[in-house]
Amino acid sequence: MRKARVFVWLKKDVLDPQGRTINEALHGLGYGLVEEVRQGKAFDIQLNDDGVSDENLRELLAEMSKRILSNPVIEDFTVELLDRS
Amino acid sequence: MTVNFGIVVFPGTNCDQDTKSAVEGLGHRSEFIWHDSAPDSLSRFDCVILPGGFAYGDYLRSGAIAAFSPVIAVVKRYIDEGGLVLGICNGLQVLLEMGALPGAMIRNRDLRFICRFVDLIVKQTDTPFTSACVQKQVLRIPISHFEGSYYIDEAGLKSLIENNQIVLKYSDENGNCTPDANPNGAVFNIAGICNERRNVFGLMPHPERAADEVLGATDGKFIFDSIASSVAERRR
Repeated sequence: MRKARVFVWLKKDVLDPQGRTINEALHGLGYGLVEEVRQGKAFDIQLNDDGVSDENLRELLAEMSKRILSNPVIEDFTVELLDRS
Repeated sequence: MTVNFGIVVFPGTNCDQDTKSAVEGLGHRSEFIWHDSAPDSLSRFDCVILPGGFAYGDYLRSGAIAAFSPVIAVVKRYIDEGGLVLGICNGLQVLLEMGALPGAMIRNRDLRFICRFVDLIVKQTDTPFTSACVQKQVLRIPISHFEGSYYIDEAGLKSLIENNQIVLKYSDENGNCTPDANPNGAVFNIAGICNERRNVFGLMPHPERAADEVLGATDGKFIFDSIASSVAERRR
């Protein structure tokens, strides 16, 4: 088994009203050093990697991220392949 | 002219009955199409409606899971064959996620669920969905959404404008598209768009909630009346 983690974020030029509200809440709690918050999503994925190379796994994860985990119109993603469990 | 509407129902769709009631109240016929049915064709319908609600609980993103359901493959073929498809609210979100219309929806600017009447200026009347309107007519139809702020990048917006695909914009009662008239932060006050071929139309407002005198508003009838006259034209 192999673990992977996909992060999805709103693109830089897309307004993130949730991140902005969290930023304001942090300021309200006195964390004045916070300059910006962007809220994203994380997906922890377990894979059966029998006979599949890391390169192939990365390609497949990128494909899944493009097709469904993210919406490429508004979001970017990153893929991390983690250690074997 | 009696129109035969197909109304797609996903788990979590909640405006299917309202839509059925609205179109049947106007004298049309309608039938539900379940999301995991994959009929060979939808060609027996004059128009397919993707109604409002929270398909698949809006999990992942609004419309994202629905866009991969079996019935959507058939809806895609229906669109390719030139069939009329109307997406209302969540239905528009599904059309965006399946790539039938350009752009995407993000959370409302003020992070509030908004449920109220809005004014909308009709920017295009040469679509099968707005042909019963006059140019620059202002319609009063309710919105009801949390994730209805339309987003498209600059190149995409330019292409929408050039191809006359922006059908409805949030406006004031005189048809001015001011920032104050924009309820959710949508790019360019966009409330409804069509595809280049003009057989697919999606809008955030709910015409089915404004198509009966009893509800105190009837401007939504313009959308269904437009479809009826377009269908009549197609049958000729």
